[in-house]
Amino acid sequence: MPSTLEISPEMIEEQRLYAEMGLKDEEYTSIRSILGRRPNYTEIGLFSVMWSEHCSYKNSKPLLRKFPTEGAHVLQGPGEGAGIIDIGDDQAVVFKIESHNHPSAVEPYQGAATGVGGILRDVFSMGARPIALLNSLRFGSLQQPRVKYLFEEVVRGIAGYGNCVGVPTVGGEVQFDDAYNGNPLVNAMCVGLIGHKDIQKGIAAGTGNTVMYVGAKTGRDGIHGATFASEELSEESEGKRPSVQVGDPFMEKLLIEACLDVIHHDALVGIQDMGAAGLTSSASEMASKAGTGMTMNLDLIPQREQNMSAYEMMLSESQERMLLVVERGREEEIAQVFRKYDLEAVAVGEVTDTKRFRLEHKGEVVADVPVDSLAEDAPVYHQPSKLPAYYQEFQSMEDYLPTVKDHKQTLIDLLKQPTIASKEWVYDQYDSMVQTNTVVTPGSDAAVLRVRGTNKALAMTTDCNSRYIYVDPEIGGQIAVAEAARNIVCSGGRPLGITDGLNFGSPENPEIFWQMEKSVDGMSEACRELNTPVIGGNVSLYNESFGGKAIYPTPIVGMVGLIEDLEYITQSHAKTAGDLIYMIGETKAEFGGSELQGMMEGRHFGKAPALDLQTESARQQQLLTAIRSGLVESAHDLAEGGLGVALAEKLFNQELGCDVTVEGDVTTVLFSETQSRFLVTIKPENKAAFEEAVTDARPIGTVTDDGVYRVRQGEVVLEAQTSELKTAWKGAIACLVKSKA
Amino acid sequence: MKFAVVVFPGSNCDRDMYHAVKDSLGAEADLVWYQEANLADYDAVLLPGGFSYGDYLRSGAMASTSPVIKQIREAAEAGKPVLGVCNGFQILLEMGLLPGAMLPNEHLKFMCHYETLTVENADTLFTTHYESKEKIRIPIAHGDGNYYCDEATYQQLRDNNQIVFTYDNNPNGSVGDIAGITNDKGNVLGMMPHPERAVEALLGHDDGLRLFQSILTHWREHYAINA
Repeated sequence: MPSTLEISPEMIEEQRLYAEMGLKDEEYTSIRSILGRRPNYTEIGLFSVMWSEHCSYKNSKPLLRKFPTEGAHVLQGPGEGAGIIDIGDDQAVVFKIESHNHPSAVEPYQGAATGVGGILRDVFSMGARPIALLNSLRFGSLQQPRVKYLFEEVVRGIAGYGNCVGVPTVGGEVQFDDAYNGNPLVNAMCVGLIGHKDIQKGIAAGTGNTVMYVGAKTGRDGIHGATFASEELSEESEGKRPSVQVGDPFMEKLLIEACLDVIHHDALVGIQDMGAAGLTSSASEMASKAGTGMTMNLDLIPQREQNMSAYEMMLSESQERMLLVVERGREEEIAQVFRKYDLEAVAVGEVTDTKRFRLEHKGEVVADVPVDSLAEDAPVYHQPSKLPAYYQEFQSMEDYLPTVKDHKQTLIDLLKQPTIASKEWVYDQYDSMVQTNTVVTPGSDAAVLRVRGTNKALAMTTDCNSRYIYVDPEIGGQIAVAEAARNIVCSGGRPLGITDGLNFGSPENPEIFWQMEKSVDGMSEACRELNTPVIGGNVSLYNESFGGKAIYPTPIVGMVGLIEDLEYITQSHAKTAGDLIYMIGETKAEFGGSELQGMMEGRHFGKAPALDLQTESARQQQLLTAIRSGLVESAHDLAEGGLGVALAEKLFNQELGCDVTVEGDVTTVLFSETQSRFLVTIKPENKAAFEEAVTDARPIGTVTDDGVYRVRQGEVVLEAQTSELKTAWKGAIACLVKSKA
Repeated sequence: MKFAVVVFPGSNCDRDMYHAVKDSLGAEADLVWYQEANLADYDAVLLPGGFSYGDYLRSGAMASTSPVIKQIREAAEAGKPVLGVCNGFQILLEMGLLPGAMLPNEHLKFMCHYETLTVENADTLFTTHYESKEKIRIPIAHGDGNYYCDEATYQQLRDNNQIVFTYDNNPNGSVGDIAGITNDKGNVLGMMPHPERAVEALLGHDDGLRLFQSILTHWREHYAINA
């Protein structure tokens, strides 16, 4: 039976046991000098998780400071469980994205499921009712059996958890690329709705107040999860399966309802979920934020297993647990609220004025450290950055121009690319309608949910084309934000703000750090131009699989927009034959990082498509104004696969046809991925008004009812049955999943 | 007319059912916590969808043993309309108020999308606002929606006109494409599709609203005078 007492502070130092917990020599020295003595085993455990990248952002902090985080409507920026933006009528929207990459790489079902559970708690711990879940997933090639397994299980895990708790999974994105073969990405986003007066904070204020523990009992699962998430995956990662937590969505559902009851109780002082680093982070952060201290008696912690040590309890990442601070003497009133849901709220500690974090277990003091040293004093590293050789090479290349002989076959092949193909196989497994607010279900540019009791709606999306970011992180970062905003605008919404899910390789590799730096620069520039502040997010580093191959830099943008009138809600698919098709924006030959390049060459290289943020912003505003004036029937942004793919996607819903005339090089017009372009359909009678409202719009053809996708340049250059294109697009993923590798 | 929406731990379509009745139908409704219910005060009982008790044992199995079940049985025996949707249907099966059992979907995956249903019996108190053989669009959202019963039971269901809704494109493997059935008295309806999700055109379709209107019409015609 291992006991904390057997490993002495001297042994930790002499045998460098802290290194196994992810701490560096200089970090150990620093901890020793903070304490004025050698830390014991429990204490070094506390520091190791709180000073991990996952909890402290020690490598990414200098970059995160670059993000614009303020705006007139921002009620809560980064720093709490989730950010909050005002939407009027004393209501606000709460949202955040979080990664669960490492757990999902070794135990995909539970890794993905608990990722959903964690992000839900971040949102309802703010006092908000979760109204929607989204996700952003990256996998390697579906030809590989392991990837197929990861893909199926991750989707099943997200469904298993989200469906059970009764929060609709309304949108997201899934992309496939060899860069993610050994290291999938699983980012989950939650959106909540809150009344201004209900906003909670995770603070442990008021000396003498009681610390209460609610929810699932603490077990030995997930110990050191935060540390595991802060290192590269390796052949030993399989052995880290015990570091993956196990989810209980039923418990979560009870917690949601109970916590949303308890926030109306005036005895509640603060509430926070136990996420990464469990009890350690929730307790020390709550005290640190309030400028107080805390003592806890670990004998009182509800335990699932016998003989747990202080170290195990403090580092466990058992799921579905919350920490509350309540007014002294009113514990029973709070316990009563939870009892209705068969949940036990247990007093486990007290707020002190010592600014120390003091833990007792079996009659002994097992830890006594300054609370700020855990939550605030982690070192900050300014990692060296180096221009990667690949980038210099890409920049010096001649522009890549693909040679396409058969445009129809190329279009079909593009529609079958898993990144472009219909994701119905995925989203059909998610309950996208529960809570009965979902106006636009998965498959359009953004999901749209009405705000019950008002005439408003919220549009939401996750976006990131990591190929562009790989070939040029700064432009790619701009594009990620711009594309998310395009999707919101196409749905009739005004972009409000973003949450960022930064997924990169090891920051200790200067070339990776350069990718981080540049993409954050690019995102920040776009956020400023498009007026979408960053209200919170998550950083996941060390996404490298065996052999040190880093993923494509993948800073995911989760964006929410406000649709001020239900009348403005617009979908991406064409609705009526006879409507005119317009393209907004010019097309240039830009194939660097494109879907076509990846398909034809098996890799991505060259220059990313250019982006002019002023042009982007002007077009978005013009289009939104046109939508709000009732001039637009459908709107879709041009993304992977260019006009050819966007046009097809516009017709699938009702299997309509189109008759379109293009100018210039056919391959370029159809498949280039020039940015800031939109495809719109309008009623013929709105022609003049629309052309006046959107100055960069050009008519390219009409929607037809013959079910034929027809493109002309003088003569017909591409003709296909819409149904034949749809079959290729719709069945591709199911076909890949079923096929035996 | 007053509807009770019984809320079990883990129910998650309870509010949707409540809003369908209160906001779209315009009738009175209460969310009734399973431990505090007094169903004698209500004219109809609605068992919503979701995952009661997480469905960790077998869908609906735990809920079917909770104390409120006695009151639901009494309401059914008194002839009050009792509607179970999705998890509510599973509970009615586990209680034995409806015959048969629910298996996991044929393809073992949870599914959520609209299905086209045929109204097989437009004469029940739940369906008078539909035409016989009418096609309606109602969403499904379930992992265990594969209705099973033996041949004799199926024959009985047919002979008594207890099959109320069938799927046009059977999505889950249900015997006889069954999407919804009543008891032999016709006052207890269990169905996997979610009518409460289809009560507003804004959200796609409002074909489900007429089911609730039918219940209200039935009550007005039979009980309103006494109430």
